[in-house]
Amino acid sequence: MDLLLEGFATALTPENLMYAVIGVLLGTAVGVLPGIGPAMTVALLLPVTFSVPPTSGLILFAGIYYGGMYGGSTTSILLNTPGESSSVVTALEGNKMAKSGRAAQALATAAVGSFVAGTIGTLLIVLLAPNIADVVVKLGAPSYFAIMALALFTVTAVLGSSKIRGFIALFIGLAIGLVGTTTGQQRMTFGSPQLADGIDVVVVAVAVFAIGEALWVAAHLRSKPLDVIPVGQPWMSRDDWGRSWKPWLRGTAFGFPFGALPAGGAEVPTFLSYITERRLTKHPEEFGKGAIEGVAGPEAANNASAAGTLVPLLAIGLPTTATAAVILVAMQNYGLQPGPQFMDAQPKLVWGLLASLFIANTLLLVLNLPLAPVWAKLLQIRRPYLYAGILFFASLGAYSVNFQAFDLALLLGIGMLGLAMRRFAIPVLPLIVGVILGPRLEEQLTQALSISQGDVSTLWSEPVAVVVYIVMAILLVGSVVMSRRTTPPAPTRTEDASMDVNA
Amino acid sequence: MTIVIAYGTDQYGRAALAHGAAQAELRREDLVVVNATRGDSLVDRRYADDAEIERIKAELQTLGLSVSMRHDVVPDVADAVIEVAEQVDATLIVVGVKHRSPVGKALLGSVAQRVILDAECPVLAVKPDPLADTV
Repeated sequence: MDLLLEGFATALTPENLMYAVIGVLLGTAVGVLPGIGPAMTVALLLPVTFSVPPTSGLILFAGIYYGGMYGGSTTSILLNTPGESSSVVTALEGNKMAKSGRAAQALATAAVGSFVAGTIGTLLIVLLAPNIADVVVKLGAPSYFAIMALALFTVTAVLGSSKIRGFIALFIGLAIGLVGTTTGQQRMTFGSPQLADGIDVVVVAVAVFAIGEALWVAAHLRSKPLDVIPVGQPWMSRDDWGRSWKPWLRGTAFGFPFGALPAGGAEVPTFLSYITERRLTKHPEEFGKGAIEGVAGPEAANNASAAGTLVPLLAIGLPTTATAAVILVAMQNYGLQPGPQFMDAQPKLVWGLLASLFIANTLLLVLNLPLAPVWAKLLQIRRPYLYAGILFFASLGAYSVNFQAFDLALLLGIGMLGLAMRRFAIPVLPLIVGVILGPRLEEQLTQALSISQGDVSTLWSEPVAVVVYIVMAILLVGSVVMSRRTTPPAPTRTEDASMDVNA
Repeated sequence: MTIVIAYGTDQYGRAALAHGAAQAELRREDLVVVNATRGDSLVDRRYADDAEIERIKAELQTLGLSVSMRHDVVPDVADAVIEVAEQVDATLIVVGVKHRSPVGKALLGSVAQRVILDAECPVLAVKPDPLADTV
């Protein structure tokens, strides 16, 4: 508790408070705009890590992450175009509510639900992360290897609609991660000295998220404008509160564990929350026509899962969403290695970050309720101006990593790859997680094998590792059986699919 | 003979519509209403939805006018208006004009200005007047 209070002391300095405000404003803005997500924004802002102190930088990124989760709901409700994959489910009931003139209530329940879920979720991080870190710190290299392999497997095969596409993305990512001379010999450098140091993750992240998306939008530039539903001040009646608070809590209960598990992602818990609310509601006739429960539950779930994601990120150093992956890149840029020792080694930073999450959450509620009509105006920005700016910052960011023109060529090359991946509906997340975790996976493997002097059986010599492999096997069998039996019910549309809607 | 109205869903568009309809009644000419967008922003407030286009058409027809609507996503709105005017051999184009700050003029193009300068037929530039705003 003392640590958390000290954290508040860190987070409440005027400078850090300013970064938190910038973070939530920026996060909400990019959350509102379809196609531009928190992952892209954090990737574009990675160069700030060179000049901003670590605590402030991470507070900024955490604010963007939380804000993005909130902002996505605005477009879902007013436009029926989810800004983020995590708010796809919100659009189901939210847009119907808005069409029947209850946009204000839908936005309000989304905002308050996000606040409730985010606060409970952050509280759970505070309680859980140090304990998990204490357990994880005792694990050896084989267990680490297993946990990372599990994370790669779940991100690739469990999330998303197509396993083969997931694995394509994963192996492209792992291949990019292999480039360089970390092992002493040259791998995939094609004899080029510029590739000898490996491809910087920053370049990959910016290329895949920013360049790929910008080229994709450029290819689909003209589209019929969508009808936005005008909205005033969000508010809720007594009845709306009564119908919302239980879905908020249930949504939080779904979201947090899914975020905290290495399986990660907000798509599954938001969908689970939606079907639960549909089953439990006292107003079944309203579902499909705009039931407030169907907005309250999923919106709480996606914020809780965003909070949950930070548990494996801080305690083990495992990213399970695209944004978490890019935040991890930012930490590595600072020379910080998240993991079990992280919380003990950097208490000021970690607790400052956690305290700032509470502050960011409160700021979101205070700012977003009155600002909803302003956010809706963002949708009138002409996309050529927007994406020209994004391309500019992307190039600047990639160039500032090493001040090499070669990085710009890489940026374009990988950006074209990102465009192709969107074109063929290949998910981006496995690629970026592969690039980040691949080298670390290899490191743990080498470490385990050098301790055991080359005996492969060391990989399953620790109980945790064995359990993890069993879980993997169950997931593999389970997902095959599930996909055999039924067509996947979850609307696992990604940001890219939502772009198709208005293309 | 035809009058072309450049319409956008704001007070300037409605002013153009009102004056255009008045001219058409006076001169016994047909009307073509153009409502176009570049479609490069997600939401364009000056682009009418289909229901509104139908409503405007119905209202103009009750005035006894022969009306056709052009409702489309185009590369350039001003060019689209002029192109329609040339197609139908228009005798008049009606546009709504609004005050703009010097900065706004410097940064953004003006559909009305381009139509006024580039059109081959006479152009009637109108301003919103609450009393004339009948449609």
